[in-house]
Amino acid sequence: MATTTTLKPRKDAKGPWWARLPIVSHYRMSAGLQRGMLVAGLVLTIVFVLAAALAPVLAPFGFSQISDTSGNFPTQAPPGGKFIWGTTVGGFDVYSRTLWGAQTAFAVIVTAVAFSIFLGVALGLLSGYIGGWLDRVLVVLADAIYAFPSLLLAIVMSIVISQGQSSLWGGVMAAAISITVVFIPQYFRVIRAETVRLKAEPFVESAKVVGASNLRIMSKHIFRNATRTLPLIFTLNASEALLTLAGLGFLGFGIEPTAASEWGFDLNRALSDATSGIWWTGVFPGLAIVLTVLGLTLVGESMNDLADPRLRLRRKAKRRGGKATA
Amino acid sequence: MAITTEIADEPSAAPAPTPAPAKAGGSFARYLVTRFLLIFPTIFILVTLVFFLMRVTGDPITAALGGRLTPDQLAERIAAAGYDRPVMVQYLEYLGQIFTGNFGRTISDNRAVTEVLMTYGAATAELAFNSLVIALLIGIPFGLLSAKLRDRWPDAILRVFAILCYATPVFFAGLLLKLVFGVWLGWLPIAGRAGISAELQLTSLQNPTGIYLLDALRSGNMAAAGDVIEHAILPAVALGLLTAGVFLRLVRTNVIGTLGREYVEAGRSRGVSEYRLLTKHAYRPALIPIITVMGLQIALLLGGAVLTETTFEWKGLGFQLAQYLTARDFVAVQGIVVLLAVIVALTNFIVDIVAALIDPRVRF
Repeated sequence: MATTTTLKPRKDAKGPWWARLPIVSHYRMSAGLQRGMLVAGLVLTIVFVLAAALAPVLAPFGFSQISDTSGNFPTQAPPGGKFIWGTTVGGFDVYSRTLWGAQTAFAVIVTAVAFSIFLGVALGLLSGYIGGWLDRVLVVLADAIYAFPSLLLAIVMSIVISQGQSSLWGGVMAAAISITVVFIPQYFRVIRAETVRLKAEPFVESAKVVGASNLRIMSKHIFRNATRTLPLIFTLNASEALLTLAGLGFLGFGIEPTAASEWGFDLNRALSDATSGIWWTGVFPGLAIVLTVLGLTLVGESMNDLADPRLRLRRKAKRRGGKATA
Repeated sequence: MAITTEIADEPSAAPAPTPAPAKAGGSFARYLVTRFLLIFPTIFILVTLVFFLMRVTGDPITAALGGRLTPDQLAERIAAAGYDRPVMVQYLEYLGQIFTGNFGRTISDNRAVTEVLMTYGAATAELAFNSLVIALLIGIPFGLLSAKLRDRWPDAILRVFAILCYATPVFFAGLLLKLVFGVWLGWLPIAGRAGISAELQLTSLQNPTGIYLLDALRSGNMAAAGDVIEHAILPAVALGLLTAGVFLRLVRTNVIGTLGREYVEAGRSRGVSEYRLLTKHAYRPALIPIITVMGLQIALLLGGAVLTETTFEWKGLGFQLAQYLTARDFVAVQGIVVLLAVIVALTNFIVDIVAALIDPRVRF
């Protein structure tokens, strides 16, 4: 997923072009346990994407289906037989709903992250480059939003946007926009800080001297350099977006259960089942959230560590000193 | 849920925009004053934002009671509450009222918002404190251990554990805890803040603080105190684990950063013990980013409290907020949001001051 944002290849980077793509280059840089974490994260992320893409093929039933030709589905049936992960109190098939949930989650994550990257980067660039009162106002605004419990803001936003009732696309958009508002300050901060730093660099100065327009400087010289860190923020925010979506759904402010399957909502319903010892309605959607977030976070964390020389162990040093330190 | 470890190292992670540096190394008093004054715009922006966002959907009376009253009755209630006037007038009036500590009355159950805040705030404070204790007890020692054993298998296990803490939504962790320790093993109660009899005894005390454990200990009621502790464990663990993962990662990253500095090497060459190097030399300077992010975690903790309280039917501000949100009682929601904004802004202020006391360089 993260390969969609391409890093600007460095001049001195060696190897074919594909070796300089974010994930690939990170993989080649990694070693030992760190490589293991990266690979585990990638596998989990790929499984999630496949589940989202292939839900219509893999799921035996629809997400709101409660009967078929042989009659109504049993309610709260334990896992086994036709319903391999059991059924819920409403007669939904847990396995099917969990698969369909991946699709909803994927749609919301992609929409939310795309929106927040676009707006956050644009505002950060403008704020950092132009400076002055615009910068002051935007920074104070972003800080105020950033300091606030994000879930609460997302709830307020989702009420405002969806006015309570939501169809599939309405629900996805409402959730995505709510999450976007919460995440813009993060992108804004990072990009603004980079822009302010880059603005003082000699190459910007020289671009000015040769008469490049502000627009050109911003898009060519600053944007390309300031967005190096985006792939990592992207993966980490994707996981936060998923958690926020689940939180919204759990509190009942997400997407209607008849419009789509959403893991957080299913967990809310499973809460009372847990009290009577019925575990399968909660454990499967819950694990789906945990594994997806785990995968995305492992990828993001590994990229973060590999990008930070303080945290990166050199492969050579590792090989040589492996025995001595172990 | 804003987990912020990934930008902890960014210079921009300092939560407040600080005005141009005072000349000749501005004094601490000056920093204190400017930083304090910055609290107000933060609160003001949030209050304004929430007020207008809520009003986009219409007036609070229609939102809360729209389906239940006839149009005439609605119009009457709206006029009585003054919601038929221009929004700007209402906004200014609202600001004035907040300034005098008057948050109005809730629409759904007609209680003074200040009373709601006092009653349920204590419960949330108790939960937040408990979970912070658990988060620190797990996060700091394991973070140090993880940094010390960097890139060996215990470190890998601890790191995956930290990510798992973050990847598990607090309500799923809560559900699992309830299932295992409440239902299958039957060791701990799964909902509420205390048993019925203990709750009755504690709420009928004279001048209760609302913090059950404190009230039980003050009145010498040991049975109730035990009951309260039993009820507190599962919610505190569920919420505490979430934060513990963040602390663990933060301590690890920052201690690894400081362990590589020259003075640590110098200490080692002087024969300072490895334990002392870790806990004194490397840990102390790593504290500043840790404290800064801990301040930001308060916001996360409050957001997490909404989910935890809903999961465990812990009758605090978060639980109540979810109820009011469902009932579209925007007067109550605004009141709670303002209180949370004040808490978050104050925490960030305190965190900045503590950071400045530890390291004069961050005073700008």
